[in-house]
Amino acid sequence: MDLKELYREVILDHNRTPRNFGRLEDADARAEGHNPLCGDQLSVTLRLQGDRVADLRFEGRGCAISVASASLMTEAVKGRSREEIARLYGEVHALLTDRTRAPAGDLGKLMALAGVAEFPARVKCASLCWHTLNAALERAPAPASTE
Amino acid sequence: MSKPAAVAQAAAPAAPAFDVARVRADFPILSRQIHGKPLVYLDSAASSQRPLPVLRAVEHYETALHANVHRGVHSLSQWATEAYEHAREIVRRFLNARSTREIVFVRGTTEAINLVANSWGRDRLSAGDEILITHLEHHANIVPWQMVCAATGARLRAAPVRPNGELDLEAFRALLHPRTRLVAVAHVSNALGTILPVQEIVRLAHARGVPVLLDGAQAIAHEAVDVQALDCDFYAFSGHKVYAPTGIGVLYGRESLLDAMPPWQGGGDMILSVGIDSSTYNELPWKFEAGTPNISGAVGLGAALEYVEALGRRAIGAHEHSLLEVATERLAALPRLRLVGTAPAKAAVISFTIDGVHPHDIGTILDSEGVAIRTGHHCAMPIMELYGLAATARASFACYNSLEDIDRLLEGLRKVRELFA
Ligand SMILES: Cc1ncc(COP(=O)(O)O)c(C=O)c1O
Repeated sequence: MDLKELYREVILDHNRTPRNFGRLEDADARAEGHNPLCGDQLSVTLRLQGDRVADLRFEGRGCAISVASASLMTEAVKGRSREEIARLYGEVHALLTDRTRAPAGDLGKLMALAGVAEFPARVKCASLCWHTLNAALERAPAPASTE
Repeated sequence: MSKPAAVAQAAAPAAPAFDVARVRADFPILSRQIHGKPLVYLDSAASSQRPLPVLRAVEHYETALHANVHRGVHSLSQWATEAYEHAREIVRRFLNARSTREIVFVRGTTEAINLVANSWGRDRLSAGDEILITHLEHHANIVPWQMVCAATGARLRAAPVRPNGELDLEAFRALLHPRTRLVAVAHVSNALGTILPVQEIVRLAHARGVPVLLDGAQAIAHEAVDVQALDCDFYAFSGHKVYAPTGIGVLYGRESLLDAMPPWQGGGDMILSVGIDSSTYNELPWKFEAGTPNISGAVGLGAALEYVEALGRRAIGAHEHSLLEVATERLAALPRLRLVGTAPAKAAVISFTIDGVHPHDIGTILDSEGVAIRTGHHCAMPIMELYGLAATARASFACYNSLEDIDRLLEGLRKVRELFA
C-alpha cells in the first residue's frame, strides 16, 4: 500500500486550494450531499445553459480525498452537457472501484484519483461529490425548448 | 521495638510492574502485520481483542458441550445449560449484583437499553413525563429514548457538557424535574473519555425517586463496576468491549424493577406455559431472554471477565492510566494538534484533531503504518456538534497496549504532518 499513490501532488494541491469553491447565488439547482459515516457534508450549486452546465461551485467540509475529488470534478464538468457528464461519471466510478480496468476515455486530471481504488474505505469520500452533482442535475429544470 | 517504617515496607512491597509483554502474548491478533508493519491496536473503545483463554473457552464449549439450553434431558443440554448459567454467575460476581435474577443476557449495550426503553418505558411514560440524558451520549443511549418518547408523548432532555468534556452537574441537577421519570447516562463517554460522576448522579436522582440507567459500554473494561456501590437501577454493557466475543452483552436490573416490567420479546424460553389465548411468563431473568440465546457468547464473556479479574482491575486501570498520561502529554505537545475532551477524570480515550488535516486522512495514513485508530463521529453526533466538529481521530487503550504503541502513534502522526506540510 503506497500512500503516495493516494495522496498524489494533485490531490494535495486541490485539497489545499480547492477550485470553484463556494456557492452560486443565481443557481438553477443545488443539492446537498452527506456521508453519514464520517459526517462529511457537501453542497453543489450549478447554472445551466440549455443542456450544459455553464458554471458550478461546491462547498462543505471533508477529508482531502473528498475535497480534492469535488474540486477536480467541478473543473472537469464545467461546460459539458448532461450526457457528457453522465459518461464521465461512469468512467470515474469505474476508476474508483475497479483497479483492473483501464479508463475508456481520457480522464485528464481526474486520473489523480486512480489511487483511491486501493483504499476501499475511501471510495465513498471520492464519490460523494458526484452523487451530489447528479442529484442537483436531476432537480434542475429541463432545458427550455427553443420553440 | 519494631520499626514501623520497615515493617510497613515489608508488608506492602512495591506493586509488581504490569507485565504487558505477557498480556500481549495472550492476544494472538496482536502479532499480525498490517501493511507489512506490526499491528498497533488503538481502537479498543470500538471493540477490544480477545485473549486465548476466551477463545479456548468458546472452542471447548463448541467442541464438547453444545446443545440447546434449558429443558433438555440429555447430557449435552445439561452441560450447555450449566455453562450458560455459570457465565451468568460470573457476571453477577463481576458486577457484585445481589442475584443472578438481576443479570439478563442480551446482544449488547444497544439491546439492553432498547429493552429498558420498551419494557420499562412504554408502560410507565405518558405525555409530559421526561427522560434525562446528557449531551455526550452514544446514539445507543439517545435513539431508543427518542423512539419511546415518540410513542408515549414523553420528552427527552439532555444535560449540557462543559467545554472540557465534563458534565455540567449544576445544570443536570436543574434539569431533574418533578416529571423526570428516568435518568440514563454514560458511565464513561466513548467520544471524549470523560468519566461521569455517576455516584453523584445516582444520589441526586434517587433523592427525587428517579431510577438511573448507566450505559457502561466504555466503563466495564476500565472502571470498577459494583452495582450495589453505584446503587444504579440498570447497568448495560457489551461483551466485545471487555475482551469477549461480539453478540453478547448484559442488562443488570434491580430485581424489584425487573420483576414489575413486562417481557419485551415473546417466544420460547421466556414462558412457563403457553395456551392459545394466553401464556404464563417465566421467572427472572429468563422472562427477558426469548429464544435460543447466544450460549457460546455467554461462555466467552464469562471467560473474559475471569481474565480481567485474574489480571486485576486495579492493575489494568493503573496501567491504562499511565498510558493515557504519557500519550496525552506527548500529543498535546504536537503543533496544530487539539485534544477534544480534557476532563480531569478520564478513561483511556484520547480524541483529537489536527488543524488542516481531516481525521479520515489521519486514519488512513496511520493505518498504512500499521496503527489502527478510529475516526469519525463515534456514534455521538450531538457532542461532536457541540464542539463544532464533524469528526475526530480517537486513540483508545486497553490492557495490552504499551509505551511502544504510543511511540508508533507519534511516528505515524509525524508522517501525517510530513504529507500535509
Ligand atoms: C458509550 C457507548 N454506549 C453504547 C455503545 C453501543 O454498544 P453496542 O454497539 O455494543 O451495542 C457503545 C459502543 O460503541 C458505546 O461506546
